[in-house]
This record gives sequence, structure tokens and C-alpha cells, in this order.
Amino acid sequence: MANQKNNIIIEQSSEDNNLPKIFLHGPPKFSIVLQPKPSHNFHILNPSSHPPLHEFIALNPHHVSSITAVVCTGGFPVNAEVLQLLPSLRLVCTPSAGTNHIDLSECLRRGIQVSSAGNLFSEDVADLAVALLIDVGRKISAADRFLRSQLQKPWDFPLGSKLTGKKIGIVGMGRIGLEVAKRLEAFSCMISYNSRNKKPLLSYPFYSSVLELATNTNVIILCCDLNDQTRHIVNKEVMLALGKRGIIVNVGRGALIDEKELLKCLIEGEIGGAGLDVFENEPHVPKEFFSLDNVVLSPHKGALTSESLIGISQLVEQNLKAFFSNKPLITPVI
Amino acid sequence: MGSISVLLVAKVIPYLEQELNKRYNLLRIWDFPQKSQLLTQHSASIRAAVGNASAGADAEFIDALPKLEIVSSYSVGVDMIDLNKCKEKGIRVTNTPDVLTDDVADLAIGLILALLRRICESDRYVRNGNWKSGDYKLTTKFSGKTVGIIGLGRIGTAIAKRAEGFNCPISYFSRTQKQESKYKYYPSVVELASNSDILVVACPLTEETHHIINREVINALGPKGYLINIGRGKHVDEPELVAALLEGRLGGAGLDVFENEPHVPEELFGLENVVLLPHVGSGTVETRTAMADLVLGNLEAHFLGKPLLTPLV
Repeated sequence: MANQKNNIIIEQSSEDNNLPKIFLHGPPKFSIVLQPKPSHNFHILNPSSHPPLHEFIALNPHHVSSITAVVCTGGFPVNAEVLQLLPSLRLVCTPSAGTNHIDLSECLRRGIQVSSAGNLFSEDVADLAVALLIDVGRKISAADRFLRSQLQKPWDFPLGSKLTGKKIGIVGMGRIGLEVAKRLEAFSCMISYNSRNKKPLLSYPFYSSVLELATNTNVIILCCDLNDQTRHIVNKEVMLALGKRGIIVNVGRGALIDEKELLKCLIEGEIGGAGLDVFENEPHVPKEFFSLDNVVLSPHKGALTSESLIGISQLVEQNLKAFFSNKPLITPVI
Repeated sequence: MGSISVLLVAKVIPYLEQELNKRYNLLRIWDFPQKSQLLTQHSASIRAAVGNASAGADAEFIDALPKLEIVSSYSVGVDMIDLNKCKEKGIRVTNTPDVLTDDVADLAIGLILALLRRICESDRYVRNGNWKSGDYKLTTKFSGKTVGIIGLGRIGTAIAKRAEGFNCPISYFSRTQKQESKYKYYPSVVELASNSDILVVACPLTEETHHIINREVINALGPKGYLINIGRGKHVDEPELVAALLEGRLGGAGLDVFENEPHVPEELFGLENVVLLPHVGSGTVETRTAMADLVLGNLEAHFLGKPLLTPLV
């Protein structure tokens, strides 16, 4: 059986080396985040990222105490329960910018270090935010769809709305928010923001609530983390304040928006449109979105460029190497 | 003023049509399926024509309207107007510069992003229910890519400014090098294409720039290069472009204009590395209204004997 074969391979290797043992906690083909020829300085226990953690532990109970690092990703949480199962764990390495799938306070308590993608994806995610905004406002996907339907001649396509000079409200002024702001400033847009704390070095106007931000802007772009304070931070009240010609772009996490309410507002024309790279229950997207022309749907690909993949596989290896050489992590989270 | 006959030769937004109708005796070319009928009835009275990017005033048209004084184009490009003939006959020509610069530049960047990041394709992917089967494939980063612009006029400059926000190095080709420009100049389009990741057509259509994008330029741009056309369809040798895309000699194309609108080469509909738009460069409520106001303002100024707002001839 394949599993037994894997076991045998692992047994032999573990006898051969004292290399730090790393477990890949992710979907099939997750090893794509590693360099094509992984470093010889560590030993990846499950290069095919198979079987999943609980099954692996059941099949290899003796390995559990040797796992010192886990490479994990969204959808594969490293929570208190998982941490309990891996007593020797010292490093959690996620190839994502977001860390809401990791119990950071529990890691801190246990002295486990955490590394992320840092700012590697920020440009790509910011590019996608702007792409979605222009698409929604200028109806690019809708127009491409219109032409490919080949039904309409002569061309009678509805007008879009101008982007240059618009008032943009950015929620979350971390690296991604800053990159979005920089890009939209080149379109002469007026930037204001909301975040947990006002940033003293930024000259953009700050609003202490997303509601106030929405009241004073034409566009809301979500670039913040998902946590208890930001869940459904864009709710019905915020959407009504943004108004019938307002546009929402979400490149953060789906649950930042009350998705059911968003759908309602889009259908009823309470907001102008939305560009969404993330959803509450990915990859499930409510089919009511599919018949709307005022929404652009993107399958969580903010960071999924060839360039970013090359970058992240280099960064994951650099973080692992640094950690196991007792050097500081390149992109530490805590 | 109601006795002045104005001929509308192309569809415009309702606001413009209504205002023209209020102020003048408005004739709409599509109400006359037979051109001869239009001419027999009205050629002696038509003093102004309003056209757009797709329809203007060629030599034949001008000759057929002896009382024509002014052609006011609802566009910035005037390749559909015989400017020399107008000069010869003392006919004024106006267009709509500046008011549409931002929209066209915004759309150029929107096209680049939609193309490189496959926005339209992945939107289709989600709507077809395919995301449940797996992630969409990797796409191409825009930030930092080299952007080559043909024509560094108002629109070309506005595109460059926006691309700089994405840390893109900018280079350009134009008739003459702009001494005050900080961007890198190439003395030929082929050299520009060879040294650009993304090539943007942003110049006027003239005899010199007809098919400025030809096979040589397309091959120089190459299988990892992208062409963006927000100029005129005739800037591009369209059959060559289609062949290059089908054969993989060009990485992709974002097109707002085509040689023979509203015709789009059918082969393009099956490609995932193209973005196709129905000439919407200036297509926002704000801008089309501003353009309409320029047309109305120019006509009003002309018939009141005042200086024109945006004359070309």
C-alpha cells in the first residue's frame, strides 16, 4: 500500500540523518511553495503533503516528537489543538501574508516562532485591488463578456463611471493599503483611511470608523486582517452610507463583509458595484452573484502570480534556513 | 438659432442629442436610409455636422454640403475628418481634447491589469462554477514591468504617470524626442517593442501611423510581450495581430478598438490572452457629458461669431 511505502521511506531517512524535521500542513501539491530542489539542511517528512496531519500522526506516532517546523497555509489551521499534538514544534512558517489560521497567542505562549510572507505579495495584491476597482467602475469584464456573446451589433454598451479624482477610503493601512494608496494617487484619487490606530507619519485623512470613512468616500477598499474586531466590518449601515454609486473592493478576507447583505445591496442597487477576490466560504460563491453585471468575481488570487510563487518559495527556504541556523527569521510575525 | 440645420452623423448620448435638438434643426443621418434623399432635401441648409470617433466628414461628404461651416467632433481623434479639405474650404473643425484624457488613461491601465492578471477570464472561471475544482492558474505580475508608449501626448503622458505608480519603468517612441521628458526614448517602434514588456498605442491615427503595429513590431514584442491599443483600430495590422496571437508569437493583447468596428475578428473570441472592449475609452457618464458640453459650446461660439473653444482647423 502507498502509505506503508511512505512509512518505510521515512523510517530509513530518519535513521540516516539528524536533520530538522519539517511537516507540510497544506493541500495536495502544497510542496509547490518549496524550492524545486529543497535545501539539504532539513528533512521534509511529507514531500507530497500527504497524508494530512492527523492521519500522518496516526500512522507515524514516533515522528510526532521530532517535528520541529510546520509549513502551513490558510485552510490548514495551526490552532491550540494542533500545537498540542506537536510537542517539539518551534517554528510555524506560512507562505501567506495573512495569519488568521494560526493561533498566534498560543504560539507566543509556547515560545514557537512564526514567519509569514511579509510584504512579498503586497504589490501583487495592491495591483489586483486596483484592477478590480477599474474593472467594476469601467465595466471591463462586463464589456468583454458583452463582446464575446457576439449578440450585439451595433455596440450599445452602458457607460461606466470615472475613476480619476475619486475619493478612496482604504480600510487597513499596512503594507498592502499603502501600496494601493500609492497607485491610486497616480490616478489623482483622494485617499483617506481607517485602521486600528491612526498612523502619525501618514498625511492622508484618518477616520476612526469604517462608517465615517464610507460616508466621506466613493470607494472602500478592504486591505486589513480578519479578526474579532473586523468581522463584518462592512455591514448594511456602511454600504448604505457608501451609497448607490459607491464601489467596494475586497482583497482582505471574505468575512470582512456581510456577504448576504452585500448581495442584497448589489441586487437592489443600494451600492454601485463590488470587486471581490475573497468570499466568506471559499471556494463557494453564492450563485446569485453570477447574474450580476455590477460585480467582478476573482478566485482568491491576489498573490497568485508566477513572480510571487518564485519569491515565496525562496522566502520559505530562507526562513527555514535562518531558523535552523539560529539566525533571526527574515519575515517574523511574532 | 432653431433654423440652423445641424447633421448628426453618429450616435451620441441622449443629453447631447436632446440639446442639439433644442437649439438647432437637428437632422439624424440614420433617419435617411437613402443618402440621396438626405442630400436633395437638406444639403442646401446643413451648416454644421457632429461626428464621433467612427464617423466624421470625408471629402465626398464635405463636397456634398456646400453650406457646411463647421464639423464638431464628439471625440478627440479626427482621423475620420478630411482636415485638408476642411482647411481648403474654410470649414472649422473642433474636437474634445483634455476632458477624456483621464478616462482613456484609466482604461489603458485597466486593460493592462485585466490582461496580465486575467481578470475577465477568472471572473468567467468563478461564474462557471470552476473554482470548486481548483484554483485559477498563476498569472503575470504588472508592477515593475517595462511599459513602452507610442505617442507621448496628453493621453500617453497620463498613462505614463499612472504606470509609474506601479513602479514601471517608462519608455516611448514619438515623432520627435521630447527633450524635457524623463522617460527613455527609442527612435523606432521596433526598438521600443524589443525593449518593452507592455506596448501601448496612444498616438493619433495619420497616414504615417497607419499599421504602425505590424508583423515586425509584434515579433519584437514577442511571446512574453503584451499589446494594448486604446488608439484606433487601424494602428494595428489586425490580421497579423490575430495570426501572432493564434501562433503564440505574442503574449497577449488588450484592445479597445478594431479596424472595422463593430466587427471583431472571430478568432479572438476563443482566446484567454486577450481582453476585448467595444470602444469605451471615454465611456463614462462624466466624460461623455463633458465632451457633449464641448461640442455644444463650440457650435454656440461659432454661430455667435465668438472664438471656438477647442479648434483644430
